[in-house]
Amino acid sequence: MDQVWHRYRFAIIAAVVLVIAALSSLVIVPETQQAVVIRTGEPVRTINRFRPDVPYGETGAGMVARIPILEQVQFVDRRVLDLDMERQQVLSSDQQRLQVDAYARFRIIDPIAMVENAGTEENLRTQLSPILTSVLRQELGRRSFASLLTPERGDAMTNIRVALDRQARQYGAQVIDVRIKRADLPDGTPLQAAFTRMETDREQEAASIRAAGQRDAQIIRAEAEATAARTYADAYGKDPEFYDFFRAMQSYRRTFEMGEGESNIVLSPDNDYMRQFQNGNQ
Amino acid sequence: MTHKGGWFERYALMMAGKRSPWGSGTPDDGGESPGDKPATPASGEEPPASPPRGPRNPWLPGGGSGAGGGEGGGRGGPERPRRAASIEDIFRNRGPEGPRRRTGGPGGGPPEFRLPRRANGGSWLPLIAVALVALALLITSFHQVEPKQQGIVSTFGRYSRTLNPGLNLTLPWPLQNVEVTDVTSIRSEQMPDGNAEQLILTGDQNLVDMSYLIRWSIRDLKQFRYQLAEPQETLREVAEAAMRASVAEQTFDSVVSGAGRATVEERVGTRMQAVLDAYRSGIMVQGVDIGRTEPPEQVVEAFKDVSAAQQDADAEINRAEAYSQQLRARAEGDASEFNQIYAEYRLAPEVTRRRIYYETMESVLAKTNKTVVENSGVTTYLPLPEIGRRGVAPAQAPAAAQPGAR
Repeated sequence: MDQVWHRYRFAIIAAVVLVIAALSSLVIVPETQQAVVIRTGEPVRTINRFRPDVPYGETGAGMVARIPILEQVQFVDRRVLDLDMERQQVLSSDQQRLQVDAYARFRIIDPIAMVENAGTEENLRTQLSPILTSVLRQELGRRSFASLLTPERGDAMTNIRVALDRQARQYGAQVIDVRIKRADLPDGTPLQAAFTRMETDREQEAASIRAAGQRDAQIIRAEAEATAARTYADAYGKDPEFYDFFRAMQSYRRTFEMGEGESNIVLSPDNDYMRQFQNGNQ
Repeated sequence: MTHKGGWFERYALMMAGKRSPWGSGTPDDGGESPGDKPATPASGEEPPASPPRGPRNPWLPGGGSGAGGGEGGGRGGPERPRRAASIEDIFRNRGPEGPRRRTGGPGGGPPEFRLPRRANGGSWLPLIAVALVALALLITSFHQVEPKQQGIVSTFGRYSRTLNPGLNLTLPWPLQNVEVTDVTSIRSEQMPDGNAEQLILTGDQNLVDMSYLIRWSIRDLKQFRYQLAEPQETLREVAEAAMRASVAEQTFDSVVSGAGRATVEERVGTRMQAVLDAYRSGIMVQGVDIGRTEPPEQVVEAFKDVSAAQQDADAEINRAEAYSQQLRARAEGDASEFNQIYAEYRLAPEVTRRRIYYETMESVLAKTNKTVVENSGVTTYLPLPEIGRRGVAPAQAPAAAQPGAR
């Protein structure tokens, strides 16, 4: 090893220096990043800046040269970034409170403006976040509670997006989309009130279903009784006098023979049943 | 015996040589039989080594110390008799320092590790390094892409091409980097995570607890890789926004009953795809499956009561139906009985009538207590419980009931 070192000392040192020089004068910009070259504090050019219609592979990403030491390279994300809004309570135009979760998606399209006015992506987010909140409040405050639940809110989203975009442009960002993730009733009284309304709604439904059931049952019974009465009338109406006799006979059997309790019968000899009995006696 | 002899020797020497630090000598050999070794030098070597200096102390540390003492005598001159072992002497041979110092000298020590040499005397090391580098280059040049996968090749960070399934050759790392991703298999996102309640407002301002599953796959790998900072998070947010917007178009009943479910699923899918396409995310929404649609937990009892009410109503109707069937059947039975007897009666009215009358009376009176009263005042038969109890027939009968058969 020592021999190698002695023999090639200069070559090795030269190689190391070369590698260091190469590393400091070459920058690898991945496809997901754009870069701003800052020469002595002043942004001079961009690398791999976002342009919508350039296919990947031709965007300028890859290995790029820079002047070592003199030029600094700052990376800026080239992808679609998200801006999440904290949960906000928003008052609608009819004084209803709504709990709103929203998010915006943006992309940095002017990295120089972004580096000059915001510095880093994180800074940009903290700048944009209050703007989003205030724009959202403004826009939703103009609408009624009910309209926020309808597809009409797509309209509101567009307005919010345009307003936010106008502000974001000065930071070199383009707002692609603003969306309300959720618009909910706030916890506590409004939510409980909604639950109570749902509950009473269902109670009413249950009560009416039960009542309808009882009504139907009553109708069925009445119909059955009517039918039975007609059946009886049809049959017995043929001879009411015989019905009277026949039914009486049935009734006696049921009363005396099958009925409860002991029966004692006192018969008069004048009784029709005793007619023959009496005649025999005489 | 030897032990004892040794002890004697030691004792004698200690007495003779006052400067002998016998205390330091004994522990050195104490491990092995202490008498043996000292005995031999004490008796054998002592006289020729240095008779004038008096008996040599064999307990001076080790043989080397004895030699050292001899040398020391040589160096320092004869006027300096054998000195007592100084503390350095003792420690030189002992502890971790001693042996090392002795073996650390030139010539000592273990043989240095050496690689085998090449025939011409050169080292194998550069060759091995070259071979390793070549192997690494070879390995990073070949990429096996499985049937479901695609790979993205980037040259110094710049997108070059997309690898299709099969064995692919690229430039080695770090010139070209390859990222292989599972593309065609369908991934799914459960919303919400776990079994948490997720309340969504419906169009009629009711709340519904929903869970759903988004199935998606990667349509364009390079867009998926390069366009979105957080593809999965984006997908979830887009899904949530789309779901809430779609549910808000439906009434509560249609969502819960399932009638509006297919519509919601379809609209969520369309909405999501539109938004994701606008982001150029390279994500394809394969489908949306609504799992649970339930009323919120707080009001679920009321909802259960509704279905209970339906059951109650049905039960009531069933009972009425049963009653109705019974009533009709009996009416028909009675009517039919009457009709048949009436048909017979028509053939011979008087006889039939009497027959029925007698048969009935017979049957009725056969099972009852009978009292015949020869009194014209009593015109009919009357059940009088008192008669049975008293055993007498009252003369007067209570109010008369009209007999049916007349």
